[in-house]
Amino acid sequence: MASSIANGSGGRDALRFYLTKIVQFVLVLATTLLGLVAVTFLIGRVVPIDPVIAIVGDRAPAHVYERARQELGLDLPLIQQFWIYLKKAVTGDFGNSVLTTNPVMVDIANAFPATFELATLGTLIGTLIGIPLGVLAAVKRGSLLDQFVRFIGLAGYSIPIFWLGLMGLLLFYAKLGWVAGPGRIDVTYSYLYTPVTGIVLVDTAMQGQWDAFWDAVSHIVLPACLLGYFSLAYISRMTRSFMLNELAQEYVIAARVKGLSEMRVIWKHALRNAAVPLVTVIALSYANLLEGSVLTETVFAWPGLGQYITNSLQNADMNAVLGGTLAIGTVFVLLNLVSDLLYRLLDPRTR
Amino acid sequence: MVATMATSFSAVQAATPPDTLVQAWQMDDIISLDPAEVFEFTASELLGNTYERLIAYDYKDVSKLYGEVAESWTVSPDGKTFTFKVRQGKKFASGNPLTAEDAVYSLQRAVILDKSPAFILGQFGFTKDNVKDKIKQTGPYEFTMELDKAYAPTFVLYCMTSSVASVVDKKLVMQNEKDGDMGYNWLKTKYAGSGPFSIRDWKANEVVVLERNPHYDKKAPLARVIYRHIKETATQRLMLEKGDVDIARNLNPEEIEALSKNPDIKVDSGPKGGLWYLGLNQKNPNLAKPEVREALKYLVDYSAIADTIMKHKGTVHQAFLPKGFLGANTDNPYKLDVAKAKELLAKAGLKDGFSVTMDTRSTADVTGTAQAIQATFAQAGVKLEIIPGDGKQTLTKYRERRHDIYIGRWGADYQDPNTNADTFAANDDNSDNAKAKPLSWRNAWDPGPLTAQTRAAVLEKDAEKRAAMYQDLQKSVLKDGPFIIYLQEIEVAAQRKNVDGFIIGPSFDTNSVAQAKKN
Repeated sequence: MASSIANGSGGRDALRFYLTKIVQFVLVLATTLLGLVAVTFLIGRVVPIDPVIAIVGDRAPAHVYERARQELGLDLPLIQQFWIYLKKAVTGDFGNSVLTTNPVMVDIANAFPATFELATLGTLIGTLIGIPLGVLAAVKRGSLLDQFVRFIGLAGYSIPIFWLGLMGLLLFYAKLGWVAGPGRIDVTYSYLYTPVTGIVLVDTAMQGQWDAFWDAVSHIVLPACLLGYFSLAYISRMTRSFMLNELAQEYVIAARVKGLSEMRVIWKHALRNAAVPLVTVIALSYANLLEGSVLTETVFAWPGLGQYITNSLQNADMNAVLGGTLAIGTVFVLLNLVSDLLYRLLDPRTR
Repeated sequence: MVATMATSFSAVQAATPPDTLVQAWQMDDIISLDPAEVFEFTASELLGNTYERLIAYDYKDVSKLYGEVAESWTVSPDGKTFTFKVRQGKKFASGNPLTAEDAVYSLQRAVILDKSPAFILGQFGFTKDNVKDKIKQTGPYEFTMELDKAYAPTFVLYCMTSSVASVVDKKLVMQNEKDGDMGYNWLKTKYAGSGPFSIRDWKANEVVVLERNPHYDKKAPLARVIYRHIKETATQRLMLEKGDVDIARNLNPEEIEALSKNPDIKVDSGPKGGLWYLGLNQKNPNLAKPEVREALKYLVDYSAIADTIMKHKGTVHQAFLPKGFLGANTDNPYKLDVAKAKELLAKAGLKDGFSVTMDTRSTADVTGTAQAIQATFAQAGVKLEIIPGDGKQTLTKYRERRHDIYIGRWGADYQDPNTNADTFAANDDNSDNAKAKPLSWRNAWDPGPLTAQTRAAVLEKDAEKRAAMYQDLQKSVLKDGPFIIYLQEIEVAAQRKNVDGFIIGPSFDTNSVAQAKKN
């Protein structure tokens, strides 16, 4: 990824850099997706679940069952089924989900914004609180604050999110009544605005439906804080260890010797260098949340991608599973690209 | 920090609006809203509240049949032709008048589209090719139905109570027809009925919104009914206690136990047509011995399962016709009797027991029951190995007859006893490539003369004699069949105290909100 360019005029090299990046990106995307499709397709066909049952139900008579099986093309050889799927996929036809009867991409376009909204807020919370916490813990190593950050990190790893989500609901929703319950928005508000982006907070705000907006905020705040906490636990722990590493470097001593203020040394010099690996950490944690945190989505009745794919998998609804996997694959590759570009921005050596 | 953020949310609601009933429900099995296709539990219930069928039955006494869309009916002397008179003055939610033309179209449409529930009508000899001649309009409010045999009138009428016999708005459906699909692709997600409510919106895995149908004869007290898909039962409980939903539909026994102490909540229940049973594959040489089958029936602690693991979910029942069906046998002759079982096993030459596997869906209630059975089996030396799996996975294996023992649930397809007799007591062809694959086939069991008796029972005109025939069939299957039926399903709904008139009917499609209200 680090295309080292020794010398030469900056403009043309930059152009060449971005061109290579784009070609690389397309190639990576194409091979990743092809690989994903092949593996998922194979898994889908060897799982010991009969997808026809999901379509016609257990009680369907034999001829209805047979017809559905043929309509799915399940009587053809595996390789032929795969080829048919690929040919259609290239034209943008990913088939229909049997559970929702919608084209798979329509379903994903519905489910993804819900996950995106939650994951983005979660990552924002995790990053904005996690980095300062991690930096402070590193600077005041061994202090009470450091112990506290390490405890948060440990707890974030070891407490099941499912349990924490239910406890959060019990406390903040059922007992204290500070936040709204499960779901994205109250049913009474859900017909006040027209979905445009699919992101409820954005749609309601754009259309000036402020009551609906605040209702949506009240719904998202708890699951977002929950996911935020988990990414915070990871991000603060990593920030702490990156910072410890940087603070032990000679340039930090040099900066201090030069008489720079401690604030400047920490936030401008050390953090700047720790930021490079941190970008990867944040991107990874973001990608994980975008994949849809199944358990959080289940507890909070959040109609997101994680729930969609899990439910589809349990019913061997393979079109939906394949479509979902492809969407996630694309997100991963895209995030990789973004973190690559950020690297270039943050680390002059990669330019 | 959360505290300061939270105080700014004024929009948090305390209760649902007074004219709206909100239910929390696991409804991820809805695949269609078209009455010609719907066969799943949740969608059946929605149709029950939004469409009218030709015939209906009294929820309190299933043996009392009455006309819903039909005003009256007569049967020809040879027993093969039914003439129905349609009630005048009925209107669909669209405002279109409901006539015999709609009723005839709806039945023909279901047979021609030939989706899963079409066989319920197909039993009377209707096929794609002949249905237009067999079901004919004879007047603006009259039509006839010509059957291939003189079936028991109760059998025919009960089948006309099922959701596949819902009357759809022909004019509206035809307006949305595309390439001769009889409006199928449209009606899959839309609505064209005349019931107490109309379906305004369905978002898969999210929400279903019903709205009062202003044209319905007996106006519903509620303006709106909203079903929210809440998968997690603990979440359903929280929302109910909080008042964000009025009814929670999928609570587990501990949650119901806890809620029954809450003064704001009441718990209602009713028996359903579902049965919990073990299927013993007759391809397994041990299970094929009649003494072993009977021994295992003595090795289940029926009442312990009903009182603990399945409390609020089932009541002990052992015959294949659930209580509430014509001719149902409620004797429940078996109970845990280890000595008797050991004696029978010894007679089968298995004095020291044997090993056997059971494919078990890995949900709390099924696994719990399986473990209880494992413990009682062990008392007679039968070593039961539980193979856990996802629901669809165990079902796939079962349908291919690759199991030893399968533990699962069976729901009646329609309200007539033939539905269960046909699957538990009849098997026309026990070969691997049989066309019809009833439960007896899945367990590789040839019921011998019982198949013919089942076929004869649907032709018996006298309701009492017919009931007696089913009594006999149940006794034979209880004694010798490869099924250990242990529970009849109970459905429970926990409701806010102010909810009144929500009815848990005897089948999946008779849970009614038509006269529900909030005080």
